[in-house]
Amino acid sequence: MSDNMIMLDPTSELNPAQRQRLPRAESLDGLKVGLLDISKARGDVFLDRLEELFQADGIEVKRYSKPTFARPAPTDLAQTIAAEVDVVVEGLAD
Amino acid sequence: MNNLSDGYAVFVKRDCATCVLVSPVLAEIRAAGLPLTIYTQDDPTFPDGMDDITNDLTLEAAYHNDIETVPTLLRIEGGKEQGRAVGWVKDEWLDLSQLPDLGKELPAMRPGCGSKSVEPGIAERLAVEFGNVPITSRRIEISEIEDDAEACYDRGWTDGLPVVPPTRERVWRMLQGTSRAPDEVVGIMPPDLVECTVEKIAINAVMAGCKPEYMPLVLAAVEGALIDEFCLHGLLATTWFSSPVLVINGPLAQRVGMNAKGNAMGQGNRANATIGRALQLIVRNVGGGRPGEVDRSCLGQPGKYTFCFAEDEEGSCWDSLAVERGFDANQSTVTLFAGDGVQPIFDQKSRTPEALARTFSLTLRSINHPEMVMIGDAILVVSPEHERVFRDAGWDKDRLRQELDELLLMPEANSDPSLSRKDMVLPPVASKMRPGGLLIVRAGGGAGMFSAVIGGWVASGPKGSIPVTKEVSSREVQE
Repeated sequence: MSDNMIMLDPTSELNPAQRQRLPRAESLDGLKVGLLDISKARGDVFLDRLEELFQADGIEVKRYSKPTFARPAPTDLAQTIAAEVDVVVEGLAD
Repeated sequence: MNNLSDGYAVFVKRDCATCVLVSPVLAEIRAAGLPLTIYTQDDPTFPDGMDDITNDLTLEAAYHNDIETVPTLLRIEGGKEQGRAVGWVKDEWLDLSQLPDLGKELPAMRPGCGSKSVEPGIAERLAVEFGNVPITSRRIEISEIEDDAEACYDRGWTDGLPVVPPTRERVWRMLQGTSRAPDEVVGIMPPDLVECTVEKIAINAVMAGCKPEYMPLVLAAVEGALIDEFCLHGLLATTWFSSPVLVINGPLAQRVGMNAKGNAMGQGNRANATIGRALQLIVRNVGGGRPGEVDRSCLGQPGKYTFCFAEDEEGSCWDSLAVERGFDANQSTVTLFAGDGVQPIFDQKSRTPEALARTFSLTLRSINHPEMVMIGDAILVVSPEHERVFRDAGWDKDRLRQELDELLLMPEANSDPSLSRKDMVLPPVASKMRPGGLLIVRAGGGAGMFSAVIGGWVASGPKGSIPVTKEVSSREVQE
């Protein structure tokens, strides 16, 4: 047996047991898009191109970057992103 | 996994002086040619020098054979136990083994030690692992690198405060607090209108921090909340502040250590805090009543985490709330009220019941809107120092209520409070309170000439919520 803990579901079990993602945006109309560079090589190249494409569609874009890909985003950065934009595109891997 | 070989079985552990004492006896039994299975609980090399020792470190064999003490010797025939000797009682071992010279050197009797299988914390683990526990809720596996408290938050199970992670062992232990089967359906829980089982109640009671002994009260609270007159569905959905306020009466309140005295409506007492919280978590998790979703409360209030206290019946000259509502003083009950926060009443000067009643009435008039009548019910919580004034004057609750009824006759305001006074036609006189809508309880510490009003939901009476009282099931109080 693994050392995983087993808990019993306290809910009516109407929803799946796995944590649910937030619903995807149906459209980007009126939404602000954040582009998060996690500081992996050439992530900025990818995000530069996305920014051009979003801007061509008239979508407002803000750029962010994590100090290092090796650690979760600092709280300050996560809060800033959550406050400033509606959706985020993350350059996840090289 | 409950099959013992025919012959004899003995359960021992090294950490037991009596087991060490009888070790030579075990060798004697084998030397006499009797088949003996040795189950050792803590050290697979014990007893020293013996071969063929069966490792029962998982305690599965001890669990299945109800071993409470080591050493315990069983005689098995046809796979069935024919007799057992518990601890070392020489005569019993001789009788069971039919070996007249067994343990000749040993004293006549030595008590055994506790079997590891009945140690606190282990018994419930074994029950869950080997006991076919009839728990059917979905299992949620949390990785060992995940924080269990955070995992509960992530899944939306909490009211904002941390919950106790509902492991199978804790839920099993909670279920020992009730005589009801886990799959018994207690009622249909709004707003999702799903069956609420004893098991789901136990899981949420674990998360709320309840002890198993609170289960009969939690179950009565859920049953009461689901009585149609209480209108839980509307209550959990309303834009108003209210949510269930629980007043506990009867002997169980004292037996589980509820607080009816100083700070009764405040923090610090586990039973008060967790019984009320359990009901709220059940509404949230089983029913799906969550703020921002079906719960549309405009402002809410802190009682929505938990609001539960006991009436101080000890030394009261008054009938308790439950007795007033038709129950026997020996019954334990939960009264549910669709209530808001606490509005304190300050009066350190009144020494006559008439004067104090007037003070109470002024605060009661302010419930929800000082110029509107018959919109919200109320609980009047009278402290011992205020109750003393009525006691000295020989006023029972009815007499106080009669006085309040008169004091609470007031001009029936126009149903539109935004109209200025000069626009209002001279209104008829009406009672502030709905008939039956004023509950009076005694609670609080010995010092403080303060009482309190807990105002209620603006949808009171048949159009909304009527206070209900539910007795703890007689199935729970047989002893």
